[in-house]
Amino acid sequence: MKKIAIEVNGKKVSKEIQDHTTLSGLLRDILNLTGTHIGCDTSQCGACVVHVDGKSIKSCTALAADLDGSKVTTIEGLASNGKLHPMQEAFKKMHGLQCGFCTPGMVMSAVDLLKNKKNPSDQEIRDWLEGNICRCTGYHNIVAAVKEAASKM
Amino acid sequence: MASLVGSRVERKEDKRFLTGKGRYTSDINIANQTYAIFIRSPHARAKIKKIDTSKALKSSGVVDILTGEHIAQDKIGGLIAGWAIRSEDGSEMKCPANPPLAKDSVNFVGDPIAVVFAETLDEARAAAELVKVDYKVLKAVSNLGEAMNSEAIHDGIDKNLCYDWLLGDRQKTNEAFDKADKIIKLDIVNNRLIPNAMEPRACVIDYNTASEEITCYTTSQNPHLSRLIMSAFGGVAPENKLRVVAPDVGGGFGSKINLYNEEIVCSWASKKIERPIKWVAERTESFLTDTHGRDHITHAELAVTNDGKFLGFKNETIANLGAYARVFGTVTPTYLFGPCATGVYIMPAAYSNVKAVYTNTAPVDAYRGAGRPEATYTIERIVDKAAMELGMDPIEIRMKNFPTEFPFKQTLVHQIDSGDYVAGLNKAKEMADYDGFAVRKKESESKGKLRGIGVTSYFEACGIAPSPVVMMLGCGVGLWESAEVRFNPTGQVTVYTGSHSHGQSHQTTFAQIAADELGVPIENIDVVHGDTDKGTFGMGTYGSRSLTVGGIAIVNACKKIVNKGKRIAAKMLEASPDEIDFKNGEFVVAKSNKKKTIGEVAFASYLPGVRDEVKSPLPEGDEPGLIESSFFDPANFSFPAGSHICEVEIDPETGHVKLDKYTAVDDFGTIVNPLIVEGQVHGGLAQGIGQALYENAQYDDSGQLITASYMDYTMPRADDLPDFNLGFTCTKATTNPLGVKGCGEAGTIAATPTVMNAVINALGGKEISLPATAEKVWKACKEMKKSNAKAA
Repeated sequence: MKKIAIEVNGKKVSKEIQDHTTLSGLLRDILNLTGTHIGCDTSQCGACVVHVDGKSIKSCTALAADLDGSKVTTIEGLASNGKLHPMQEAFKKMHGLQCGFCTPGMVMSAVDLLKNKKNPSDQEIRDWLEGNICRCTGYHNIVAAVKEAASKM
Repeated sequence: MASLVGSRVERKEDKRFLTGKGRYTSDINIANQTYAIFIRSPHARAKIKKIDTSKALKSSGVVDILTGEHIAQDKIGGLIAGWAIRSEDGSEMKCPANPPLAKDSVNFVGDPIAVVFAETLDEARAAAELVKVDYKVLKAVSNLGEAMNSEAIHDGIDKNLCYDWLLGDRQKTNEAFDKADKIIKLDIVNNRLIPNAMEPRACVIDYNTASEEITCYTTSQNPHLSRLIMSAFGGVAPENKLRVVAPDVGGGFGSKINLYNEEIVCSWASKKIERPIKWVAERTESFLTDTHGRDHITHAELAVTNDGKFLGFKNETIANLGAYARVFGTVTPTYLFGPCATGVYIMPAAYSNVKAVYTNTAPVDAYRGAGRPEATYTIERIVDKAAMELGMDPIEIRMKNFPTEFPFKQTLVHQIDSGDYVAGLNKAKEMADYDGFAVRKKESESKGKLRGIGVTSYFEACGIAPSPVVMMLGCGVGLWESAEVRFNPTGQVTVYTGSHSHGQSHQTTFAQIAADELGVPIENIDVVHGDTDKGTFGMGTYGSRSLTVGGIAIVNACKKIVNKGKRIAAKMLEASPDEIDFKNGEFVVAKSNKKKTIGEVAFASYLPGVRDEVKSPLPEGDEPGLIESSFFDPANFSFPAGSHICEVEIDPETGHVKLDKYTAVDDFGTIVNPLIVEGQVHGGLAQGIGQALYENAQYDDSGQLITASYMDYTMPRADDLPDFNLGFTCTKATTNPLGVKGCGEAGTIAATPTVMNAVINALGGKEISLPATAEKVWKACKEMKKSNAKAA
């Protein structure tokens, strides 16, 4: 067991956790932030992507015990004051989601892309999102949504 | 008010999904819940000699461990095949028992034999490791081609044969072949796929000890059907004591049609241990135990004249059912496959013969398209081969054999109500710049690359209704759909549908339909689905049926609301119901300015009396309230169709196939929401392309699934796919009032042959099996180079 203090979506959280608790486990099972999804257990699908200290990571393969003192942002923390983030708006406008299961990870990953690159090309978007699997959309509208968000941010 | 049908309305469901507030089964937690871990066979085929749970039962946190013995003692029934298919000789199909927990024998890797319930997931996992199972391992039948000559895996099922089915006329077809100038022959393997909805299967069970009601939250495409099967065949509880809720469901693609072992076992066990139970599949469990798709070996022959007219078609197929026959397992390779095997063509004579066999592999059932992708792949590949052997253009040979008059009686079963295949192919040809291909091919060649173009024209039979037809074909239930439309006294509307959305956007499209029918703003309409306690009954979502069957039930229920509203408005306005027109949400007395809004009428319908200014508006004989329901059974299947064209560029040095351009032109009749329909096409294309280039479920000789993770099973990723170029033509369906046709499976059906035709075209006609991986293509390129060198 280890005690950690982290900030999740702007709120300070202090918890005693098991050594093998993953960040996704902490978020979903202990903090009840179920927007972060588990789709594969092998860090292949990307449904669990969140931001740790501003960078996107796969939370299913990060140990919470290693993250003491860090700042975590999940899909629940992306909108501010009830206003959707431009990436969320763009996914809605361009129909970049269907069943919604991969969406939280996809959106968090795409937000990080635009932090790194303001106006990515189609190919750059597709390359960046290579670690996020979507079975519904064929990615066409996801790419369109990321471009739409880039034009608004 | 402008019509919403046809508008690109943004989705009502998006906000919750985009803010992390979707509620999927694995997000649900119930106080005092236990966690389930299933113990599964590591062997493809074995006898269970002994299960020793004594050590595991003493492990920390264990609540109970149940096995196949317990299930048998409680007489809990197993999983079933939903369709009864007869063999050509009239005999009934042969299905093995499929208990929820195997007691005596296991028949595929992943077959569940016991379940551990513990206070925490970690404790359940640890205890599961301590359960000792003594197996007598038997030789597995894992190879489809050899299954009929292998030892029978189920007692009493000779040759592992479920049925040997025939559709069509062998003699007439043979006579047609006698007149042929040329007979084109093709052997293909339609490889096994794993549907891979991104949300792994899960269930959370809550047993209420006071009401003795079991609530099963589950990842299902059809909660009412699951309840029916769990009650009628599983005997878990009477239907009135069983509530099945499929909340937000993260994709299905056919793999969540079936009621599965885990739902039956956990529902039964929750009552037994009097505790809630949570079970969530790990991805590898999904790979092993979700129903798989496709898996056919086909020999096809097409009889043609020298000028490219089709005379007859033969389809001899062996279909893999896996270890057990499940809900759509037996119908997918027969009535969903056989009739469509003659494609969009005038085919004077044809037959489809399908032998469905059992193997020691995961059960095979409907996967997006279900039978129709296999049929389309067969015919569209052989038509291309015919074009090549006759020296014809692939478009020319298709055009030559299209029907041009509708309704068109298709050779084997279907009466296609509407379509314009020529228009679709012409449009695709133009959009894809087919005529410019030769120039692009030269450009590719100048860079040392190979370029190919592929064409597919398809139709599909979807809706999987009317009930009298599907029941005649062997379906155990009627496949109508229900809807209920409720006006609240204060004017909002709730629409209950028996269809289920697991990505298809019913909350939006169905609200658009109701908004147009009722003249109520879409914001005031809620669509409710997925809960057997809410709404009447429903047959669920598969076979591109939600809109064409479920959507029309909503239209019909709305029409009943309007009819009752007219009677009430007439009374309120002191006119005759015949004089009332309903438009844009208002009941208007003809040739006057006297009117009432539908909101006012709804309010009045709940106040049948006189008080102050309210004066009994209810006509004599009408009951209070404004709630109507409809059970809709269409007159026929719906028949979307289209033509797709794609171009690939192959690097012969690496075998990499670059999908350069993909053009899809589809006819879905009336389109309710183009934004959503385009999304359905995109997603379907990705799955069809996945089969063509990447995806393959592979068992080894001992029956181990060697592609049971995303490291080994290649899912199409963002950088594997191009942007898609979509176009539409429209011939309205004549069998429903909206003129709509199904759209959910079209992309998957058309994409696989389109891409493969392009790859094979690039390889100069050299056959290559699914999927055209870089390794196979590289080898083919090397062989081509060798034979070209020889020729030179």
